Amino acid sequence: MSPWIVGFTVFFGYPLVASVYLSFTHYDLLSRPRWIGTANYSFMLHTDPQIWNAVKNTLWLMAFAVPLQVLFAFGVAAMIVRAKAGVGFFRTVFYLPTLAPPVAATLGFTYILNPATGPVNTILGWFGITGPLWFESPSWSKPSLVLLGLWGIGNAMIIFLAALLDVPRQLYESAELDGAGSFARLRWVTLPSVSPVILFAVVIGVIEALQYFTQAYVASGIVGGGAGNAADPANRLGYPEGSTMFYPLLLYQQGFRFFNMGYASAMAIVLLIVAFAVTLVIIRNSRRWVHYQAGTR
Amino acid sequence: MSTASVPVEAPVAAAPAALVRRRPPPKVRRRRLLTAVADHSILIVLAIMFIAPFVFMVLTALMTSDQALSAKLWPDPFHWSNIRDVFDRAPLWRYTLNSMLYAVLSTLGVLVSSIPVAYALSRLRWKGRDAVFLLVLATMMLPAQVTAVPLYVMWSKLHLVGGLAPLIVPNWFGDAFSIFLLRQFFLTIPEEYSDAARVDGCGELRILLTVVLRLAKPAIAAVALFAFLYAWNDFFGPLLYTSENQDHWTLSLGLSQFRTQYQVQWNLTMMATILFIAPVIALFFAAQKAFVEGVTLTGVKG
Repeated sequence: MSPWIVGFTVFFGYPLVASVYLSFTHYDLLSRPRWIGTANYSFMLHTDPQIWNAVKNTLWLMAFAVPLQVLFAFGVAAMIVRAKAGVGFFRTVFYLPTLAPPVAATLGFTYILNPATGPVNTILGWFGITGPLWFESPSWSKPSLVLLGLWGIGNAMIIFLAALLDVPRQLYESAELDGAGSFARLRWVTLPSVSPVILFAVVIGVIEALQYFTQAYVASGIVGGGAGNAADPANRLGYPEGSTMFYPLLLYQQGFRFFNMGYASAMAIVLLIVAFAVTLVIIRNSRRWVHYQAGTR
Repeated sequence: MSTASVPVEAPVAAAPAALVRRRPPPKVRRRRLLTAVADHSILIVLAIMFIAPFVFMVLTALMTSDQALSAKLWPDPFHWSNIRDVFDRAPLWRYTLNSMLYAVLSTLGVLVSSIPVAYALSRLRWKGRDAVFLLVLATMMLPAQVTAVPLYVMWSKLHLVGGLAPLIVPNWFGDAFSIFLLRQFFLTIPEEYSDAARVDGCGELRILLTVVLRLAKPAIAAVALFAFLYAWNDFFGPLLYTSENQDHWTLSLGLSQFRTQYQVQWNLTMMATILFIAPVIALFFAAQKAFVEGVTLTGVKG
């Protein structure tokens, strides 16, 4: 027990308290932290020219990417369960991309979706479709990231699969006897049975969206490279036109590129509060639609 | 609690033998056949789309650099020497070594430090246990960026920024996710086994080492896998702590800078990417069962 207590204090308790303190200071790592009251927070609210864009982008992820991924994972799992042949094969195929390290997956997608010669636009070209500019276009960069995310739904899919297989068979049979069509069975049998897992997937998805970093960092670094930017990939954060500048990227830029440690801490505290509040709201509201089977702990 | 043990391989449980069902009318059967065909077609199309990125990556990795910049999709000729060239162009061995070091030492640390905590949280009764468990859950939910600044300051004061230590050391002090997963599994082990061992005069440590660990092998395998993969895939950590010293770059970090830093063409970039993915895929096929069980364990019991 005790190593964990040490670890908890040093790597969790202390940094949390220190974050709160630093958020009220000006700190550049070289000189001592200087107390400046709530100046960081008011800068965030009133002055920072980048923050609203970053907040908007992160909200976009939560509003579109998360529901889409949960739906897609559920749909794929449901189809695999209904399929009579090749269940193991399909499960493996849909899980494999999840294994690709995020940096590798992002590199792959920046190539596959590269507008001029990438395979996707080439294939679209065969059908006479001019493909979009994908990561190069401010309006397509986020959808490109969503595609990358949909490719990696494996974990959610496996969890849904297990939950769907767990739905008691008799429930479907008695529903069928009562004359329930396939939609009614989905609505009144399947969904209530797997609703705790849907909740789990949504909460995890939202928390991941709030921390979304690697894919956006790598994609903007690679794609922005040719745009005449400085050699430092961090200067291309958000490329193109800030469309992939998410909250954690801005935090990273402020804290570890500009060494505005105090301001970065303030951003971290806001992130913590938002993460906590959003999770709480989702779980609170879930009581209305999540159905726990009697007898399950 | 039997949820996790349901074999995922058996999709449709057979109808109970007692319930002999009449054959459905032909119309219903035809409709069922059609939906089955539709389901499979959609699945097959989706499966092709899921596999396609891998195929394109491999194909591009075997093209000449000129061809990788053309619209042709099939390598002509196959440029096998890319495999060698990519190692000449960038210190891939060094990156791999660093990734290995980070992943192996972290995994060991996670196991050594998390198993006893999970044991104390599940099999022993003590005051404040539930409160501590809540704390563990809270750590699990905490975004890494929240504690990043003070931790960075701490490591830089210890003059350890620029190496792998800030990434490895915390893992030796318990990892919340692993503790959670192990605890959930330990709870399913019947208390009678431990009681029997206690009657025989075993201490808690021996019960943990002999009885519980032996029964919890699948969960431990899953935790080890996840810890390894987390470190292998981690990007934020290495970016924060090793950016300034290229000798300590991991594959994640090295690859993210690969194309711009070395002016490397797409074909070599894809070759490096494939070489980065391959070990993970190999690991998956070697330990598929542990993967699926582990993922299921986190979800169904969460």
